[in-house]
Amino acid sequence: MDSLIHARGLVKRFGDFTAVAGIDVDVRRGEAFGFLGPNGAGKSSTMRMIGCVSPPTDGVLQILGMDPRRDGPKIRAKLGVCPQLDNLDIELTVRENLSTYARFFGIPRKVARQRAAELLDFVQLSERGDSKVEPLSGGMKRRLTIARALVNEPEIVLLDEPTTGLDPQARHLVWERLFRLKQQGVTLVLTTHYMDEAEQLCDRLVVMDGGRIVAEGSPRALIEQYSTREVVELRFAAESQEPYSEKLAGLGERLEVLPDRILLYVFDGDAAVAEVQRRSLAPASVLVRRSSLEDVFLHLTGRTLVD
Amino acid sequence: MVAGAYVLEYHLVNYRRTWRSSALSTLVLPLLTMLGFGLGVGAYVSGGVEGVPYLDWIVPGLIASTAVQAAFGEATWPVLSYFEWLKVYFAQAAAPLRVGDILGGHLAFMLFRVLTSAAAFLGVAALFGAVHSWWAPMTLVVSLVVGLAVAAPTVAYSASVSSDSYLAILMRFAVLPMSLFSGVFFPVESLPVVLRWVAYALPLWHGVELSRDAMLGLAPGWLGLLHVVYLLAWCAAGWLLAHRLFRRRLAV
Amino acid sequence: MVTLVLPRLVSFEGSGRRAASVTERNINTLRSMYWVVLVSGFLEPVLYLFSIGVGVGGLIGDIALPDGRLVGYAEFVAPAMLAASAMTGALSETTFNFFGKMKFMRLYEGILATPVRPIEIALGELAWAMVRGVLYSSAFLVIMVAMGLTTPGRALAMLPAAVLIGFAFGALGMTISTLIRSWQEFDLIFSGQFALFLFSGTFVPATAYPQWLRWVIEVTPLYRSVDLARALSLGPVGWTQALDVLYLVALLGLGLTVAGRRMTGMLCK
Ligand SMILES: Nc1ncnc2c1ncn2[C@@H]1O[C@H](COP(=O)(O)OP(=O)(O)O)[C@@H](O)[C@H]1O
Ligand SMILES: [Mg+2]
Repeated sequence: MDSLIHARGLVKRFGDFTAVAGIDVDVRRGEAFGFLGPNGAGKSSTMRMIGCVSPPTDGVLQILGMDPRRDGPKIRAKLGVCPQLDNLDIELTVRENLSTYARFFGIPRKVARQRAAELLDFVQLSERGDSKVEPLSGGMKRRLTIARALVNEPEIVLLDEPTTGLDPQARHLVWERLFRLKQQGVTLVLTTHYMDEAEQLCDRLVVMDGGRIVAEGSPRALIEQYSTREVVELRFAAESQEPYSEKLAGLGERLEVLPDRILLYVFDGDAAVAEVQRRSLAPASVLVRRSSLEDVFLHLTGRTLVD
Repeated sequence: MVAGAYVLEYHLVNYRRTWRSSALSTLVLPLLTMLGFGLGVGAYVSGGVEGVPYLDWIVPGLIASTAVQAAFGEATWPVLSYFEWLKVYFAQAAAPLRVGDILGGHLAFMLFRVLTSAAAFLGVAALFGAVHSWWAPMTLVVSLVVGLAVAAPTVAYSASVSSDSYLAILMRFAVLPMSLFSGVFFPVESLPVVLRWVAYALPLWHGVELSRDAMLGLAPGWLGLLHVVYLLAWCAAGWLLAHRLFRRRLAV
Repeated sequence: MVTLVLPRLVSFEGSGRRAASVTERNINTLRSMYWVVLVSGFLEPVLYLFSIGVGVGGLIGDIALPDGRLVGYAEFVAPAMLAASAMTGALSETTFNFFGKMKFMRLYEGILATPVRPIEIALGELAWAMVRGVLYSSAFLVIMVAMGLTTPGRALAMLPAAVLIGFAFGALGMTISTLIRSWQEFDLIFSGQFALFLFSGTFVPATAYPQWLRWVIEVTPLYRSVDLARALSLGPVGWTQALDVLYLVALLGLGLTVAGRRMTGMLCK
């Protein structure tokens, strides 16, 4: 069995509250595995259990074939962790954040210095090496946290919402670096609520909601299973879109009415648009697009705001 | 002047949230000091000092010293954090306030803290029977003057540094030595000449002398006037310096 | 210098090495100005010694020890200042600083993602507090010997005692930090610390207090520390001092255990 992370019926409770309600997960060597889900789904709780800093309440959890309850330090020696909130050392410089962190893994001082330099280069922070952490931008801090997660040349890197709150340039830079890591054969486990991120990076993912896994598979497979090939977005000029839903009846597999537009889930978008025109409904705007993970996600976890 | 009152009000309202925890130490610390030094050590000082029992002799010095501690505490970390971390001064400068209002309002708040600390100490001293003169309340006025004489230059110092290490250094090299060697615990006359003149140069000793006159009901005389003038000079110099540094830092 | 020597002293693999890496991290945070703050820390007990021991001592003259011998007041106060400064040094590092790192900098969350365990963080922080403590105590002892307040031989015996006192209070401080919820509560701690400083037989012999108060005082950690330091400085040393050592060792063990447990509970939820 080459399952680096193996969980069966994994549960995490905080008092009476169940954050993770029994999940089964297997992560294979070299893949990029994603936990997708809205806020409060239990992603971070799961990541912290995998990171061996939060003891599971119940269930089986094996990481690299070891038991976190017994071999925490040994497992953590082979993990790299990028937590949801940066917890960089504000009393140290950027470079020292890396070299000092390496010392916690028992890496010799000389190697630590060398690795710090390489990693600064890798995340494009070499010029800021001697700066303090505080004045860095959010994107730079995130990159530094990711670099810090790599100082021990980990077998598995855990990334909890690696790009939340970053501007588009910073996000793409992070994605590009993570992709390079994956090419080098590092196993990535990440959480996100960005669909494009999951589609870009993940070979396989699970969708979590309310502490449970509600769907599982590759991004393509999930789209095929839970959505149609294409989506038509129709915008009508009228105050309310509601009256049009009846007139569109029978078009496509599913139809969703939003305050400002109507979504038609269909196999062939152009054919559907032709049919709309045949019924002389004259929408103000029409958009035909490929179905995305976002459609799967919203279908599975609903559109109501979580918090 | 009126605008400065608004600033004072801001600090008072702020203080309402945290006064409880500081109130305890404001009362407990003088009580402990009185018991430990006044009564405990005092019992071993046979014959008293300068003709009065050790407790009576030490209490006025402790009141002045308490005023200085309170002034120092309020003039260091809060000032630094209002510049560096909380940016309160910058927010105030964005409102139609002059530098003098911002500085004056905050100093007024510091004096409020000085006054409450000194008054608490005086109250505790009265319970221990260490108050003998109707002039004793004058020690509160003395506390305000010596408090300002320390607070104003300290504010200037705090406004000119960027890390709290500098505040710890001021505490260690200036305030603690001043508290221990300004005639609070033993007469400055027993210090070596050089150190005695250092004590004369610093504000606390003048406050201690004035406070002692008030508490023991002695006439301060011409020397008293000199003490007052000297302390006011510290206040004025501190204010001018602080005002200049505030103006530079707030760039208005 | 310290950076080079310290980790090598504890070069064995495992807990010791990991705790040392936490100490090393603290050494790395030292910046120019903080050095001055750090090194000048030894001044505080020295100033007290001169003000109270020498200054007030001039008003008091000699003081009688429990066995009837008369000693100068400065000789009487000096060992107590050593014990008190070991306490203050250890507490300042393990309460205020430790609490800040745990609650506000969230430093330990980052460290716990590495093989380092909570108890090793506690040990590393404690070792760091002790590096400081030993420097201060040594400086103070040199001054005591220079002033003729004790003999060099006795001073050598007092150094390990000061280290033990520091360790015990450091562990106690860490336990307190894990129990405290907000900065405001430090006012309370400071009041308590000040009470210990004044009444632990530091400035007057505990025999000066009423009987009931003596009982309370004699079980406090600073009283036991002062008793130990004073006996080593002025003699005679007997079974009471063995009890002092036992007391401090127990405090150290208990404090470390509780602090490690509480840290695990707080950080590894
Ligand atoms: N330490 C904790 N104590 C109590 N409840 C917690 C704790 N950590 C997380 N939770 C709760 O568990 C649920 C899942 O949280 P989390 O795993 O952080 O979700 P996600 O990362 O998917 O947003 C949330 O409702 C959160 O409030
Ligand atoms: Mg989360």
